[in-house]
Amino acid sequence: MSVPAAHVYALGAALFAFGLAGFIMRRNLLVVLLSLELMFNGALVTLVGAAREHRDPEPSTFGLFVVFLAAVEVSVGLALVIALFRLRQTLDPDAAAELRG
Amino acid sequence: MSALLPLLVGLPLAGALACGILHARVLVRRHRDPEAAANEALVGGIATGSVAVAFFVAVLLTIRLLSLPPEHRRFEADLGTWIDAGRLKVPARLLLDPLSALMTLVVSGVGALIHLYSIGYMRRDPGFARYFAYLNLFVAAMLLLVLGANLPLTFVGWEGVGLCSYLLIGFWYEKGGPADAGLKAFVVNRIGDAGFLLGIFLLHRELGALDYASVNEAARSGLLPANAATGAALLLFCGAVGKSAQIPLQVWLPDAMAGPTPVSALIHAATMVTAGVYLVGRLHVLFLAAPAVLLVVGLVGGGTALLAGFGALAQRDLKKALAYSTISQLGLMFLGEGAGAFDAGIAHLVTHAFFKALLFLAAGSVIHALGGEQDLARMGGLARRLPATFLCFLAGAWALSGLPPFAGFFSKDEILGGALHGAGAPVLGALGFAASFLTALYSYRLVYLVFSGRENFEGRPHESPALLLHPMRALAALSFVGGALAWIPIWNRRPIAEFLAPVFGGNEAGGGAEHVLVAVLSLAVAFVGFLLARRLWMDRGLAGERALARLPLWRVAAAGGVLDAFYRGTVVRAARVLAIACGVFDLFVVDGAVNGIGRAASAAGETLRLLQNGKVQAYAIGVAAAAGALLLAAFLLGGTR
Amino acid sequence: MNPVLPILVFAPAAGAAVLALAPRGGARDPLRFAFGISLLPLAIALGLFFAFDASSASPQFPFSTAWFRSGGVDVRFAFGIDGISLLLIALTALLGPIFFLAAPGHIAQRRREFAAWGLLMQTGMLGVFAVSDLVLFYVFWEVSLVPLYFVIGIWGGTGRARATTKFVLFTIAGSLLLLLALLAVLLEAGTADLFELARGRRLLPASIERLAFLGFALGFAVKVPLLPFHTWLPEAHVEAPTSGSVVLAGVLLKMGTYGLLRFCLPMFPRASAEFAPLLLGLGAAGAVYGALLAWAQRDLKKLVAYSSISHLGLVAMGLFAREATAVEGALLQMVNHGLSTGALFLLVGVLYDRTHRRGLDDFGGVAKSMPLFAALLGLTAFASIGLPGLNGFVGEFLILAGTFSVTPVPAAVATAAVVLSAVYLLGAVRTVLFGPALPATARLPDCTKREAATLLPLAGGMVLLGVLPGPFLERIRPSVAQVVERTRALAQAEPARPEGQR
Repeated sequence: MSVPAAHVYALGAALFAFGLAGFIMRRNLLVVLLSLELMFNGALVTLVGAAREHRDPEPSTFGLFVVFLAAVEVSVGLALVIALFRLRQTLDPDAAAELRG
Repeated sequence: MSALLPLLVGLPLAGALACGILHARVLVRRHRDPEAAANEALVGGIATGSVAVAFFVAVLLTIRLLSLPPEHRRFEADLGTWIDAGRLKVPARLLLDPLSALMTLVVSGVGALIHLYSIGYMRRDPGFARYFAYLNLFVAAMLLLVLGANLPLTFVGWEGVGLCSYLLIGFWYEKGGPADAGLKAFVVNRIGDAGFLLGIFLLHRELGALDYASVNEAARSGLLPANAATGAALLLFCGAVGKSAQIPLQVWLPDAMAGPTPVSALIHAATMVTAGVYLVGRLHVLFLAAPAVLLVVGLVGGGTALLAGFGALAQRDLKKALAYSTISQLGLMFLGEGAGAFDAGIAHLVTHAFFKALLFLAAGSVIHALGGEQDLARMGGLARRLPATFLCFLAGAWALSGLPPFAGFFSKDEILGGALHGAGAPVLGALGFAASFLTALYSYRLVYLVFSGRENFEGRPHESPALLLHPMRALAALSFVGGALAWIPIWNRRPIAEFLAPVFGGNEAGGGAEHVLVAVLSLAVAFVGFLLARRLWMDRGLAGERALARLPLWRVAAAGGVLDAFYRGTVVRAARVLAIACGVFDLFVVDGAVNGIGRAASAAGETLRLLQNGKVQAYAIGVAAAAGALLLAAFLLGGTR
Repeated sequence: MNPVLPILVFAPAAGAAVLALAPRGGARDPLRFAFGISLLPLAIALGLFFAFDASSASPQFPFSTAWFRSGGVDVRFAFGIDGISLLLIALTALLGPIFFLAAPGHIAQRRREFAAWGLLMQTGMLGVFAVSDLVLFYVFWEVSLVPLYFVIGIWGGTGRARATTKFVLFTIAGSLLLLLALLAVLLEAGTADLFELARGRRLLPASIERLAFLGFALGFAVKVPLLPFHTWLPEAHVEAPTSGSVVLAGVLLKMGTYGLLRFCLPMFPRASAEFAPLLLGLGAAGAVYGALLAWAQRDLKKLVAYSSISHLGLVAMGLFAREATAVEGALLQMVNHGLSTGALFLLVGVLYDRTHRRGLDDFGGVAKSMPLFAALLGLTAFASIGLPGLNGFVGEFLILAGTFSVTPVPAAVATAAVVLSAVYLLGAVRTVLFGPALPATARLPDCTKREAATLLPLAGGMVLLGVLPGPFLERIRPSVAQVVERTRALAQAEPARPEGQR
């Protein structure tokens, strides 16, 4: 059996959209980070789907990069969040606005 | 033989280096012992010896030169190439022909005598070795100026003597005045030198060759276009006007008297200031190819001779009176050259070097005896106190005034004879005779005010030591016999003119009854001047001087610095204002524009920074919206590919 | 393949790395260490000078390995020098040790960082003159900029923030223009080899040539700095520590004139011809304007800074005369200016270290207590105003004579600067050295041995170049002749046909 490419792309787009919405709207930094992961996964699904569709390994290579990057990003991001929590005792993303112009 | 030529420059240069090193050692010793002083016998010996040996070398070379047939009388020494860049080549080549040989003899001969005099004059000066280092350096630079076979090399010496003049005028730098005078001398000379440089550039542009032989040859053959010749001659004459203190650049020379008196004698009377006269003589073919410029030379010279003569007449400062006299005599030399009598101009240069150096040295002896007094009103009656100095000064003044049998008569006569023959004869002749009259008048004024009449000084002046007197005696002797170099009336021979004939070509001017007429006329003029001086200053002394000083014209002449004040008020002030205006312009307009751009940028930043609220999610909205907009745009405009 | 140039260039950087990585307190005397390191490029440069084949115009001591390919252009890690680079490398290598030798007088804190930045700057400057690849040139161009930013920004005077900002904005703006133009040339010409480009048998299309010329010329004009782009210089100089000023005036400004000569003239002959009147005019006007401004200053450092603008205006004029004599003079004058202005800044630094003052009116009669200082200041001043027998004269004379032989008017105007230089510089000498000693400055100690050691090599260079310019002129002659010939020959050439490209 085969899943039509359009379904794969739709799944990717949906994951990305949920992630984006979460990233923008949630008020907890941990959830914001999770939403970010969701966006990554959306991109990943799209890439893999494209690789299969076009019978070309190159998108999959990017996909591997995405997995790798996501792992790095999570470890650094979590470390930052923890550091911020220690500093501010809160996980509100708006609490860290030192870069305000 | 020409292998000896570099020695002429090298010996004084080595002497300068040696004295400089000795001075440096004194300075090091002064760290421990503030009273440390140079070994004056050693320093003086090295310095004087190096110039004296150079003189003997010059004599040797000149004798050899005379043994050659006239048209081959030139030695050249090639020391390789100094500059070689593109089309411009400047070989380091020295040239000894009759003209430069004569100059070399004067420079090294008079130079050696003045070095000797300086040993006595500068005794116990803390800068003794420094003084001799500068003085030796001066002789080296002057000899390079004279011996250089091309214009750039002469220019090296030209600016080199300017440097030494600057250093020696400001020798007593702890006093502000001498330092200012040195600066003024250098800057005023630089204005002339800018003309000199442009003249060189013009010749380079037109000919590509800068050695004297080629330039003169090109001017003779017409290879050099007439207007280029005129331009180059005029520009080069600007340099001569600066160096030889002619109107309108004469203002620096009276101030230059702030230096030690032997310096005034050597640099500002006998040698350096005559460099302009030498230059015009050296390039006489170029100047002959530009008759209009030659006329300018004569007129500038004549005008300067006359006006500076008035200046000399009215000075109350002994050295400044002599300085104006020097300016006036240099004017006479230019007048002669302007009339085409180049050999006469050079002949007067030679005799003037003798008697004017003598006058300065004698004045130095007077000033020395009076403990630094230079005011004529505080002298008088010194003939009894300083008999030897008096006789020497008298010899110098006699020669200067143009009365026989001393030298000035003969050489001045040559100039006046030439002036009546050349272009612009009536005007130049009249100027020459008027200046001669003034010369006699101010020469004897000085003699009477300094040496006769009541004693207006304090203390008991003593005659100077032998070390000062011997060089003066030698120069007095030269002032006496020097006339014979210019003209020997009985045989009607002109040794200098004949010696220079290979350079200037034969000069038929003068001779015969006409020349006798000129001689008689100039004698009469000088004699009238002498009688008038006698009447004004011997009979009436300072009283006469005071009566004259009330005349308005006299006061103008005495101020001397009318032109000086004029420059200060106009040229200098205008340049200064321009400089400050540029400063303001730069600060407010140029930099203002720069800062304006900066302010505009930061104002834009002030507005745009409101977008940066520091909230990460707000930024994310922006990113997402922008990405969406781009996607939409791509979809609408480009469609899919 | 000759590794001598990369060694020359990277030796200081290696030293900087050692300093940066050394444990805290590990480098006991970092300035001395850096001084020792900087002697290596000096020794190499001397060797290069004597080993240089003066009869050849082609690049010597070449070193080249592949770096990367982009846009069809082979960018190489390539070094190679001709006579033009040789002189400037020698100057840079000479000023390197002096930078560190002078530093103890005014650098008290964070010496290790100072030494490291200094060495890195040395690498950048040597690289600019030693590379033969356009992209590599740009890399070193930027590398040399950053250390100076820190040298002025950390060890500078009280107004350093403003001065560094201005300096960086100016030079970055220039650099960006340079980068754009450089990319255009790279893509159009299809090679990044400097000497290949300068030999360039193919001309760029006229429109690109003009734009690229303007980009290069503006980028370099800011660095020189030419007339309307000069205002950053006095501020940077006033705030910079003495060593910084020495290198800024001595070498960094020369990178601009070097660029004009190396790039603008031979790569864009037609645009050079088109804009030559403008640049000649700016150069001559800058010479006079800078001199007038210098005269108006009461601060010694500003005075010297404006005199730099005047002198470099003269150099730019000489370059755009596009005549062999003038260009050789301009090149020589770059070295001369490095020596004499470097020495002037050192001398001002000597006074500043003793009194913490720089005003002209703060000094008087110093010659009495500081005879060695007085002698050196006098010599340097006369070298700077172009007294024959010292170096400045040879350069000025060649520039003016050469320029006059093709376009008399700018040369005549610039000659006024020669007069003015005597006015402002000797006027300053008069005020500082002569006259009655001011109470505050009557007892200043004379130059120390260390200070004398910084100044005497420069003084020696001034005399050497003035008396014997031959060996130097000889080495630059073929390279300059090639540049001038090409620039002149192609100035009137037909626009390149399109198929000639790429």
